Amino acid sequence: MRNAFIDELYCEAQKNKDIVLLTGDLGFGCLNKYIENLPNQYINCGIGEQNMLSVAAGLAINGKKVFVYSIGNFPTMRCLEQIRNDCAYHNASVNIICVGAGFSYGSLGMSHHATEDIAIMNALPNVNIYSPADEKQARYSFRQMLNSNGVNYVRLGKGRETILEHKKLEDIECICDGDNGVILTTGAICEECIIANQEHFNETGKKFAIYTFVKLKPINEDTLVKILNKYSKIITVEEHNIIGGLNSIVSQIVTKYGLDKKIIAVGLNDTYSSIVGDQKYLRKVYNMDSSYILSKIKD
Amino acid sequence: MIDNSEFAKKMRITILNMIHNAHASHIASAFSVVDILAVLYNEILADNDFDSKNMDRNQVVLSKGHAGSAVYSALFQRGLVSKADIGNYYLNGSNLSGHVSHKGVNGVEVSTGSLGHGVCVASGMALAKKMSNNNGKVFAIVGDGECQEGSVWEMAMLSSAKKLNNLVVVVDKNNMQAMGKCMDVTNCDNLAEKWKVFGWNVIEVDGHNYEQIKDALIYNSDKPLCIIANTIKGRGVSFMENELLWHYRDPQEEFYTRAMEELNK
Repeated sequence: MRNAFIDELYCEAQKNKDIVLLTGDLGFGCLNKYIENLPNQYINCGIGEQNMLSVAAGLAINGKKVFVYSIGNFPTMRCLEQIRNDCAYHNASVNIICVGAGFSYGSLGMSHHATEDIAIMNALPNVNIYSPADEKQARYSFRQMLNSNGVNYVRLGKGRETILEHKKLEDIECICDGDNGVILTTGAICEECIIANQEHFNETGKKFAIYTFVKLKPINEDTLVKILNKYSKIITVEEHNIIGGLNSIVSQIVTKYGLDKKIIAVGLNDTYSSIVGDQKYLRKVYNMDSSYILSKIKD
Repeated sequence: MIDNSEFAKKMRITILNMIHNAHASHIASAFSVVDILAVLYNEILADNDFDSKNMDRNQVVLSKGHAGSAVYSALFQRGLVSKADIGNYYLNGSNLSGHVSHKGVNGVEVSTGSLGHGVCVASGMALAKKMSNNNGKVFAIVGDGECQEGSVWEMAMLSSAKKLNNLVVVVDKNNMQAMGKCMDVTNCDNLAEKWKVFGWNVIEVDGHNYEQIKDALIYNSDKPLCIIANTIKGRGVSFMENELLWHYRDPQEEFYTRAMEELNK
């Protein structure tokens, strides 16, 4: 989905000369076409994310539409106050691209695991959050971001995510109908939910509905409430700390609307990973793979 | 255009009244930078329309946002901030916060307050001007204590690489910071040399000498320009000068009266 997003950006930047891409010295390979063909709309800010996000704000204040590229936690936590004060408070047109959602960079170690980013960005006013599950949702996210003039944050997988079957691309997208319960998920881990649901169907002939949240902030409350009201068994699945991410966002809506619902949380259980492993492996170790999701479906 | 000295005098009196009235802080930090801001807002930006649609305008960013009262007082002199707003500075419901804010305040380009931010935003603004072939310079004022922030040097390196000769950083070098003398806190010696080796042109001036300030500000540089302005914290009121206490204290009663007498001399 990373390449799909950058491809959209490249196509749009050819038409809109106000678009500027900044990188914190990352993106070797995937940014090459953009860099070679649009050198005047590209700046490598070097290894200095704090300055980069302030520079992004300054560019936006003076009329540019800025995209900032980096990986893991570098474009969020390392420069959080710059996002808050310089970008968000000024409503600057700054789009932050994080590649490496969840355990995408699993084997590189905990420094490269983006597993609290949604929580942190969700706490900032004037910041929209996108978390696509595959390349089609990544392209959809880009289009949505392009049309909103403020700070947008998008967390992307680094590649090879399962391409989903889409009925209709929208902020909260139904991937699978079902009446046995509902799985609410976000990002590439949707693929684990689909496998678990299929196995459940093979065993029982019953299916859960699956909804994937492309846009996490602001959340479409009406749609979410309708979904919650329809099902008695609700599971959230996210490649993120269960504190502050999708489960928290859903729970807040449950309490706001006084819904009598129990929400089962699948995600990283408030910990850091020190175990070496690729994305699939770490999902299994930290109880968010398809077999664990299946056990929660059966519970 | 009135004399810069007259403009600065009016600024100091306005600042004294603002801080006194609101029981606010940072009066010494504001007095330190008044003469630099006076030259900028009274002379360099004399024809500035402060219209955000005019991309060729000169722009000023106060990176040491705690001296916000100094910017507000300059904008008051220019008729951009009302007397009523000045009277309400720092008080409940006001737009004029202690650290400079742009929301609802004409003439403020960027809100600051956390150190090491504004100067980097200014660099981005200068970069946008370059990319769009717009005229005008971006002037950013940082404190010497603020230069302890690592982001300042990230900015210094990038601005140099991008040859931002439309960016002017003025270091308000008053040698003091919140808890003591800068040199006692970190090794910030040879500040001019530091900026030079980061690839900037550097001019050192007396930060209370209007001619020197002006000449440096209008210098036609081939690189980003750093002006080291040697200043006195609390400049203008003898008992506040170089006294750390006046980073915090608000002048009341006899202190207010004595300060006003000195400023009116």
